[in-house]
Amino acid sequence: MKALRGVYIIWYRDLLRLWRDKIRIVGAIALPILFLIIFGSGLSRTMGMLAPGVDFTKFMYPGIIGMTVLMTSLMSAVSIVWDREFGFLREVLVAPVSRASVVMGKALGGATVAMLQGTIILLLAPIFGIPLSLLFVLKLWGLMLLVAWALGGLGILIASRMRSMEAFQIVMQMLVFPMVFLSGVFFPVGNLPAWLNVIVKINPATYGVDAIRQFMLGRILPQGIPAVAEMSPLELTLFGHTMSLANDLLVIAGFGVLTVTLAMWSFGRQE
Amino acid sequence: MSIIEVENLTKRFGQLTAVDGISFAVEPGEIFGFLGPNGAGKTTTINILCTLLRPSSGRVTVAGYDVVHHQHQVRQAIGLVFQDPSLDDRLTAQENLLFHAMVYHVPAPRRRQRIEEVLRMVELWERRHSVVKTYSGGMRRRLEIARGLIHFPKVLFLDEPTLGLDPQTRNRIWEYLHRLHKEEGITIFLTTHYMDEAENAGRIAIIDQGRIVALDAPETLKRGMGGDIISLRTADDDRAASEIEARFQVSVRRDGAGLTLEVPHGDVFIPELVRAVGVRVLSISLRQPTLDDVFLKLTGRELRDQEVGSMEAVREHFRRRRR
Repeated sequence: MKALRGVYIIWYRDLLRLWRDKIRIVGAIALPILFLIIFGSGLSRTMGMLAPGVDFTKFMYPGIIGMTVLMTSLMSAVSIVWDREFGFLREVLVAPVSRASVVMGKALGGATVAMLQGTIILLLAPIFGIPLSLLFVLKLWGLMLLVAWALGGLGILIASRMRSMEAFQIVMQMLVFPMVFLSGVFFPVGNLPAWLNVIVKINPATYGVDAIRQFMLGRILPQGIPAVAEMSPLELTLFGHTMSLANDLLVIAGFGVLTVTLAMWSFGRQE
Repeated sequence: MSIIEVENLTKRFGQLTAVDGISFAVEPGEIFGFLGPNGAGKTTTINILCTLLRPSSGRVTVAGYDVVHHQHQVRQAIGLVFQDPSLDDRLTAQENLLFHAMVYHVPAPRRRQRIEEVLRMVELWERRHSVVKTYSGGMRRRLEIARGLIHFPKVLFLDEPTLGLDPQTRNRIWEYLHRLHKEEGITIFLTTHYMDEAENAGRIAIIDQGRIVALDAPETLKRGMGGDIISLRTADDDRAASEIEARFQVSVRRDGAGLTLEVPHGDVFIPELVRAVGVRVLSISLRQPTLDDVFLKLTGRELRDQEVGSMEAVREHFRRRRR
């Protein structure tokens, strides 16, 4: 109970800060929307249909939502480095709140912010022919939260060891862009050269993007989720096994438990 | 029972021994100061008392709780004002305090009232809705003191509370601290390298190179110096020094500026002194001993020697604040 209170307070502050800094919301969705417009209009003609009923823009749109969630959640850990540099972290570390609660609160705070950003992009769904319903949005929120929480854990793990903003920014730039570009946001991962295939499959973001895409495309394909399996270039396989939505979720959840646990351990070790 | 008990506390960082077997006790309601130059081990000690560092050896209890085994209880029982700023400058003063009140389990119905109380005490109530970024250094410090008090701590720890602040602001902060000490009956533990700031404490421990070299009320320490301090310059300091030592059996210190000696009643001593010295006296002055003199006598070095270092610390402090 006490631990939960701690998680809640840390989470609450992150959201309060977002509210104070509304411009951040615009900043975080500018890049995804730019990509959506440029790649969407630039490539959709030449790419044609990737699968029955799925042209390039329809393919890319769920990926862009995944990218927004991914980038926001990874970068949200910057607040830890920020707090360390401005001293507020000491106020947090000396409070009667366990380090594990702090990490969990941060991960959930970052995940919530990422989910909100993803939701802004989601408002464009009708343009891409994806009808929205309350249940659909609620489920997608859950999905986005899980993906963002897992990747947020990775961000916090890295931030727990960083002493300066500059160092954190450099490490994150080196990590975020490869993770985004090699996760299947911009191209189908079904038929890649062997070396690229290995990297894409190791990248945890791939499973997050695939999960969001399967869920969203499942909505416009009348056959539902199983039909996705027929879109051979689009499907994600691991050791010859086609990943279902549930498989993807399992991988992400496992990755999240791993990163968040490591982050708690790493955070708890510092004095 | 003492509210802070420290027995044989040692803290090593690799080869360096930052705190070297110190023991002391602080009684409830005291203002207790740690005076010493930068690097003497003050901040290390305060960090151990606040559970931010683990001792290498020794036993420390705060408000009856062991700082190693009952971290959460100790943290709940203390308020802290760090040397470096630790506010969230994107939030308002009130939001900063609300965060703190929540983290420290102040019950919801009491929060508003308590936040108002502490903000009024440091005269920031009118500015409660301003974002902290717009606050001056002194206001931030006051807000941090207010924040440290919200959860009714038994001990308030202040690490160099007025570092980098101008003299008026320093005085003002001490007015608040004295009022608070009177009104809430709280125990205050502070570290400082300003000797005039240490005068605010009921008792001080003088710390140098990780050891406590003296511990008493500032007045008692100064009285222990043996009265007044006379400084003089003569045409031949060497000769004057040996003459004075032979004639009055007092020890005379030599430094670049001349001779210094301590005598019980300086005012009546000066005429005798001038008569006894065979060489021409160029100048002579009489003053009350300061804590700096106490430090000099105990360690052979001046607190002020470290002033270059502390100026750098101040600069560093401001640089960080500005960023």
